Amino acid sequence: MSQQMFELLLKGLWETTVMTGVSGALSFLLGLPLALVLVTTDRGGIFENLSVNRVLGGIVNALRSVPFIILLVAVIPFTRLLVGSAIGIAAAIVPLTIAATPYFARIAEVSLREVDRGLIDAARAMGANRWTILREVLVPEALPGIVSGFTVTLVTLIGASAMAGAVGAGGLGDIAIRYGYQRFETAVMVAVVIVLIVMVCGLQAFGDWLTRRIDHR
Amino acid sequence: MNALIEIERLSENVAPESVGLQGVSRSFGAAVALHDINLSIKRGEIVGLIGRSGAGKSTLIRVLNGLDKPQAGRVVIGGQDITDLDERALQPIRRRIGMIFQHFNLLSAKTVAENVALPLKIAGQGTEVRRKRVMELLDLVGLADKAQAYPAQLSGGQKQRVGIARALAPEPVLLLSDEATSALDPETTGSILGLLARVNRDLGLTVLMITHEIEVVRQIAHRVVVLDGGRVVEEGAVARVLASPQTEVTRALVRGLSPSLPGDLMALVRPLGAQALLRLDVYGPQARLPILSRIAEITGQPARLLHGGLNDVQGEPYGRMFIALGTADAAKLAQVLAALSPISVGLEVLGYVPADV
Ligand SMILES: Nc1ncnc2c1ncn2[C@@H]1O[C@H](COP(=O)(O)OP(=O)(O)OP(=O)(O)O)[C@@H](O)[C@H]1O
Ligand SMILES: [Mg+2]
Repeated sequence: MSQQMFELLLKGLWETTVMTGVSGALSFLLGLPLALVLVTTDRGGIFENLSVNRVLGGIVNALRSVPFIILLVAVIPFTRLLVGSAIGIAAAIVPLTIAATPYFARIAEVSLREVDRGLIDAARAMGANRWTILREVLVPEALPGIVSGFTVTLVTLIGASAMAGAVGAGGLGDIAIRYGYQRFETAVMVAVVIVLIVMVCGLQAFGDWLTRRIDHR
Repeated sequence: MNALIEIERLSENVAPESVGLQGVSRSFGAAVALHDINLSIKRGEIVGLIGRSGAGKSTLIRVLNGLDKPQAGRVVIGGQDITDLDERALQPIRRRIGMIFQHFNLLSAKTVAENVALPLKIAGQGTEVRRKRVMELLDLVGLADKAQAYPAQLSGGQKQRVGIARALAPEPVLLLSDEATSALDPETTGSILGLLARVNRDLGLTVLMITHEIEVVRQIAHRVVVLDGGRVVEEGAVARVLASPQTEVTRALVRGLSPSLPGDLMALVRPLGAQALLRLDVYGPQARLPILSRIAEITGQPARLLHGGLNDVQGEPYGRMFIALGTADAAKLAQVLAALSPISVGLEVLGYVPADV
């Protein structure tokens, strides 16, 4: 492998990592509260508020139904407003976050809903207020599912970041398309795919390990 | 100092010491879980709540701490009507009520110690106080060595004991217990019941305990309430109910502790015969009267105990006896019945048996 190609791959790896890491972290910070709101405002929830629930649920569904490649283009004006430019890594992070947040929120929501109603009753019976129920019961009990769901989200983000090449964000996927697909440099494509496989496997293994560690069920 | 006493008095007033349900009804769709329940529990009383599966027992105790809201009727805890209180207003009241759940409901992400400490944390106790109280309780329920284990690593009975420790941790004045001993062996059940009886005696803890083990009722309850199809079908002093259950449901529930005529004897009972056979239910001091010799005095014939005898509930005797009179004479029989009825809680002529059984 030439020095040049190695540097190319390294740069791509860095760009992919930044895109995935930053949009992943943002979608965790936005998606977890969103999931908590979705679960607790639903019927019988501790913050029951059906209108809030319906509206948020609708927004999440709408965002989830837009194909990423369309979202990528559609949010360009918003991206420009937010980061001052419509191209580059920062610009790619905006649509990636917008796509990943509702995705992760739905996955986290499933874990939160699986928390046994009896555990919430136990906390209520102790005289816990709603925030205590969130902090001591809902989140800790759903945490293993949330962590494994977040791992899935990150893996999906790695894939989606390949498309972000369309807004000039670079990354591994972009290299594969430009060199491998458009210039028929198969070696580059294979190298990229191998790096991606290693990355995804490593991430998944770490996520699984973490999930097992915190899961005491 | 005065202010302190004042505060104590205030908290005494709102404290959920006694319990009252007035005309409480609760349905789930078409299923009636509770129907017009009237029940009151005095401070310091231990009441056993029994009933078949689906009778509404769990629903009843959930109504008592507001986990479930009745559709009709009033719920009064420690003199305060809590029926219409919202979650926030219920919180301080619930902190004085311990609850043991039928399905344990332990938090899987917390260790045993953290589970027991949670109600203390909610009550705003400091770390050091919590740690001490938790160890004290785990000692009491015999789980000190499991403090750092997670619930998933415990046996059913151990989980149940964690639930008991957790319910007792904040020193509640009222304990609502849903099958607290169902998963325990007789020895552990005995020690847990001993613990509850002690807290009841020393701190005046009021206890409402659901159980399907009539033996548990016999050991520690002062009073028993029988629920069936969402209604209270029978209630009274444990000895009275055990001696003479009034309804079919109660009879079925107390069967183990209340003798019935063995099949072979039953087969010999006829509408006519040599000797009248009586069923006599007694409890309290009357149970120890010389009943057989009194009957003999009236009939002039020896009376025989064919089956049954005396048992005791927390020092109080109760029992059911099947007595053959030694005669079939109608006048003598009437005299015997007249003499026995004031001292019994249940009296019935079952029929007649041959003289040689
Ligand atoms: N959340 C609920 N939704 C629908 N029906 C319910 C609910 N809770 C209780 N019920 C119904 O109410 C009735 C009484 O239930 P409850 O749990 O109080 O019975 P139980 O006496 O505690 O029975 P068990 O001894 O089996 O625990 C049952 O018919 C049950 O199906
Ligand atoms: Mg029940």
